[in-house]
Amino acid sequence: MIDRRLLRTTAFRVALIYAALLFATVAVALGAVYYATAGTLDAQTDETIAAEIDGLREQYRQRGVAGLAQVLRGRSARQRTSSLYLLTDPFGRPLAGNLSAWPAAAPDREGWIAFPLYDAPPEETAPDEATAHPARARIFLLPEGHRLLVGRDLRERQRFVDRFAESVLWAFALTLGLGTAGGVLLGRRVLRRIDGVRRTAARIMAGELDQRLALSGSGDEIDQVAANLNAMLDRIEALMGEMRHVAEGVAHDLRTPLNRLRSRLELGLMEVEASDPARVALEDALEEAEGLLGTFQALLAIAEVEAGHQQTEFAPFDLAALAREVAELYEPLAEQAGLRIAAELRPATVRGHRQLVAQALANLVDNAVKYTPPGGTVSIRTGPGERPGDAVLTVADTGQGIPEEERVRVLRRFVRLEGSRSAPGNGLGLSLVDAVARLHGAALELGDAQPGLVATLRFPVAAVDGAVHGTADGAATPA
Amino acid sequence: MRILVIEDDRRAAAYLVKGLRESGHSVDHAADGKEGLFLAAAENYDVLIVDRMLPGRDGLSLVEVLRSTGNQTPVLFLSALGGVDDRVRGLRAGGDDYLVKPFAFSELIARVEALARRAAATPAVQTRLEVGGLEMDLVKRTVRRDGRPIDLLPREFQLLEFLMRHAGSPVTRTMLLEKVWDYNFDPQTNVIDVHVARLRQKVDRDFAKPLIHTIRGVGYCLRD
Repeated sequence: MIDRRLLRTTAFRVALIYAALLFATVAVALGAVYYATAGTLDAQTDETIAAEIDGLREQYRQRGVAGLAQVLRGRSARQRTSSLYLLTDPFGRPLAGNLSAWPAAAPDREGWIAFPLYDAPPEETAPDEATAHPARARIFLLPEGHRLLVGRDLRERQRFVDRFAESVLWAFALTLGLGTAGGVLLGRRVLRRIDGVRRTAARIMAGELDQRLALSGSGDEIDQVAANLNAMLDRIEALMGEMRHVAEGVAHDLRTPLNRLRSRLELGLMEVEASDPARVALEDALEEAEGLLGTFQALLAIAEVEAGHQQTEFAPFDLAALAREVAELYEPLAEQAGLRIAAELRPATVRGHRQLVAQALANLVDNAVKYTPPGGTVSIRTGPGERPGDAVLTVADTGQGIPEEERVRVLRRFVRLEGSRSAPGNGLGLSLVDAVARLHGAALELGDAQPGLVATLRFPVAAVDGAVHGTADGAATPA
Repeated sequence: MRILVIEDDRRAAAYLVKGLRESGHSVDHAADGKEGLFLAAAENYDVLIVDRMLPGRDGLSLVEVLRSTGNQTPVLFLSALGGVDDRVRGLRAGGDDYLVKPFAFSELIARVEALARRAAATPAVQTRLEVGGLEMDLVKRTVRRDGRPIDLLPREFQLLEFLMRHAGSPVTRTMLLEKVWDYNFDPQTNVIDVHVARLRQKVDRDFAKPLIHTIRGVGYCLRD
């Protein structure tokens, strides 16, 4: 079974076109050879017949019909001759020759006829179409009313043509077969290398920005493209690093003066009497400063998570226990909002940063509580995933959910959906969840809970401490 | 109360000193580890505020040396490093609390006062806490107010215990989240307020005099 993608590769198509061109060239060449050869053979036949006729004409002139008949009888008696003769009297009765009957075919203007010839039947068997072979002859009406036929059995010529046609067919088949096989091999080779490029590109798009395309070292076009792409990736990585650096630099540098501003406001508030109207303004300003600082803090926290240093603080912990705590932390808030928290917690050990996962879960629950109308339910689930060793954490609500086309966008920093701007928040909550997920090699998936949003954190085997998981379950008892 | 601030950043130190003085404390300042260690060992302070990264002598080793001489003055670490490991290292070196920069001034003062109060309280293991008719039995895990039993969930009990241990001084929401729930992040919505509101329902609703007070811009305070 040929890979369907192979049929679409450029290399395969080019190879096919080459095969077709080769095929056409071979066809034209062989056709020319065929026509030249067949034409020569035909001319030879006609010349032979003409020469015989000349000879027989001479005999007739000198010795009349009887002499002609005698010569014909003599010639017909020869074994293995390709010449055909027939002389009949004016009533059509054969006088001499090696044909049993006058052929039925009608002569053309010059007296040439073509007719099928049957081998002499070995006694009474009906002539068989299969044994027929072509013959060509010229007929004459002699002055006394006798008729003469001189011709050639074309069996040899036919055999040659058949064999030639067979060779041509084989040549065609070989050309086509070799061309296609060459195309497949060439296409597959190119495809394999392009596949490598595609796989690496997919990993890079999935966030492994430090991945680079492998070079074969041959310096061919694919290598050149790969080298250019690598150079582009270096540039992109550098630019991204620079951008992040600038953003974090801004957040970091502004944090210090902002903090000083907050300190000043706080000190100012200490000196202001409770009744002073300036107090309200100072308190408002302080609140604003704290909001700004909070946003910078969140931004820097995400940057810190993305830098990945916290992986050194990874330790195994039970997702269910963590989820129970967070559920308990949010239960009064949910109750106040007229919501129910439904926890369905099965133990699942994860190796990770407990505080960060707790914060990620808190952010998810926080969002769920914020965007679910009263009377709804926020469901928190933990447990093993589909594959052994996986651990899954989901938070589902019965709110209005996030439209499918927005689900990737909301993970970006500062993105807040229409209708959520009135709710408090800085648009960094889900970004942090996403960053925490990626720190753990986990995937954050947003889906439709019908109705509502379901956020799933899938911790892969790599993030799970298998041994601890096994003993926690009691499942990994050595056999 | 007497406080020593060991902080190399002059501007930050100036604000700390000014703010603490405004709040009614007497403050000394050391700009590096050597001077800080000398002052901390020579004088009798109620609380030390120590920056973790100092020229001359690192904040961690300063506290280690101080503790090795038998000095038990409560220490509050200030640090730009907020990792779990950093915290653990700070507390293991002998710190009593750990505050990540940047912080609100009210947060710092609440923590300093909590530290000073804790040091002043009887160090022996307590089995009972009492504040204005509110009694907590730490062994039987029961709470009574004016003799009437109050039913609390485990977390509410922990929350009330923390408030009672710091009775009279304000505690911030961050402190509660850190010490009662063991989380050191800021939730987006203030979940602590709702927990305190619930506790208040149980502790204060049937009594004329409230014990749990809200301190604007700071947090809560349990006092008679």
